[in-house]
Amino acid sequence: MSAPVSSLDMLGRQFDFWWALYRRTFRGNVVSSFFFPLFNALAMGVLLGGYVKVDPARLEGATSYLAFVVPGLLAGNAMMTGFGDASYPVVGALKWDRTYYAMQASPLRVRDIVNGHLGLMAFRFLVASSVFVLVLAPFGVFATWWGALGAVVVGVFVGLAFALPMYALSARLGEETWFTLLWRVGVMPLFLFSGAFFPLSNLSPPLSALAKLMPLWHGVDLARMLCLDTWDGPQALLHIGYLGALSVVFYLVSVRELERRLQH
Amino acid sequence: MSRNRQTGWLVSGNVSDAPREATDQDNSGELGSPEGSMVHARGLHKSFGDFEAVKGIDFDVRRGECFGFLGPNGAGKSSTMRMIGAISPVSSGTLRMLGMDPATHGSQIRAKLGVCPQEDSLDAELNVSENLFVYGRYFGLPRAPLRLKVAEMLEFVQLTDKAKSKVSELSGGMKRRLSIARSLINDPQLLLLDEPTTGLDPQARHLLWDGIYRLKQAGVTVVLTTHYMDEAEQLCDRLVVMDDGRIVAQGTPRDLIAHHSTREVAELRFPVGDQQRYADQVADLAERIEVLPDRVLLYTADGDHAVAQVHARGIATETAMVRRSSLEDVFLHLTGRSLVD
Repeated sequence: MSAPVSSLDMLGRQFDFWWALYRRTFRGNVVSSFFFPLFNALAMGVLLGGYVKVDPARLEGATSYLAFVVPGLLAGNAMMTGFGDASYPVVGALKWDRTYYAMQASPLRVRDIVNGHLGLMAFRFLVASSVFVLVLAPFGVFATWWGALGAVVVGVFVGLAFALPMYALSARLGEETWFTLLWRVGVMPLFLFSGAFFPLSNLSPPLSALAKLMPLWHGVDLARMLCLDTWDGPQALLHIGYLGALSVVFYLVSVRELERRLQH
Repeated sequence: MSRNRQTGWLVSGNVSDAPREATDQDNSGELGSPEGSMVHARGLHKSFGDFEAVKGIDFDVRRGECFGFLGPNGAGKSSTMRMIGAISPVSSGTLRMLGMDPATHGSQIRAKLGVCPQEDSLDAELNVSENLFVYGRYFGLPRAPLRLKVAEMLEFVQLTDKAKSKVSELSGGMKRRLSIARSLINDPQLLLLDEPTTGLDPQARHLLWDGIYRLKQAGVTVVLTTHYMDEAEQLCDRLVVMDDGRIVAQGTPRDLIAHHSTREVAELRFPVGDQQRYADQVADLAERIEVLPDRVLLYTADGDHAVAQVHARGIATETAMVRRSSLEDVFLHLTGRSLVD
């Protein structure tokens, strides 16, 4: 009896499909990754930030508001890309294109299908974060080159940490109707209140503690440490642990939810 | 790789090789299911919560035969096909596919199956040959031989000139042919076709039947579901009739007709609303009688003789037609209902 195929091999078998899919969408991936940081950095960092004149100590070590806000925008962009990639495309693969059903009839297992789609997402997050960092590098907002490189990695990490809970939800509900609501009451408040635009020390202690429970803050702070060269080992470990645990738990939930939906 | 360039649904090199590969493995133990069958099911159940879609069915599919599941919508055919496809877990009972248990060897089983689903799951954005190529990759087929295989399959389903077309530009019949080509990309030992011709026009249906028939002749084991009696009669060596999650009859089409119906059927049409009144007057002329809303069916060995006797009694029919018994009659007899509502 033939031996089971490894998960890595199953991932390789899907490369041609996901790459064909990526080729269809890469212009949008690159173009939106180009304009989002540029417009946001100009509007928030340069134009609005021009009014912000405070001691760098109050901006978590940033020498300008632009330098302060860029890591927040990077993490926020990663979160939104994660939300976007694991919402409509996942429902679409179930409902409109039926991609997952086609794959399911092949030797691919449900977890292989999840791995394949996540692989595509991770690559898109990598492109998005790389373009983001390249666009903003000329603004002089990265203290070190390796910090900029690290910020790209954080972009992928944060993207996956948000894509996975979304993936689980999309697989569970199989419907797109609630995405707009979730965007307004979930994603936008997280983006606005997770320390991307203002230091959490500005909030009262209870509100600050609440914001620190939010996953985006961990991504923002991690990106900021790298961009501003204010690396704090134990704090960074906490962030990585938090986002990593979130990813692992929701990876397992995603596989289970997709199994439930496909294997009826 | 041999390339047969005859027109029509040709039996190309690898398609005809498929059953030989299966035969080569006969003694490997892989196909050694309890009865040496490709599919072995005993007491197969499928439940969704409180709803029981499949209520304990037994059947075996032998190598090289075309085996059919015939039944109306909701009979449990598709649920059974999903279990056989090693996709849907069995609720209870025993199922062995190619000697393996789908609960533990789903991926290995699917590697040897070809599945053409009822609802197309082709990628509308990819072109025709890309659809076959990416699918072949899921089976781990190396790229260079796969390219040749894709060309061969396109020829087999007569879509070579559409190779670069987007799937969204294809007709329904072409999409179904492409789905079948896709299901053959891995040279499957067992081909599962779920309502392969539903929704197709008669010409497209006949083209598909021809293709399936050629596959069968090449020795590919085929399991199909249908709610068309003519399809089952044309294609199936053996079939089971399902109704309400149960198998109500099984055998060859000829055996089923011989066992559950008469040789001929006289179909008499009377004025609307009068079917029952006239039925009472002719009931003694046949072995069995069925009263439908629009006609009366007389089951008899000699239909012409029965019609002559009806007319001899001075009973005027709007129309009278004699035909051979079909599986529709078997189903009507077993369940009291027509196959297609």
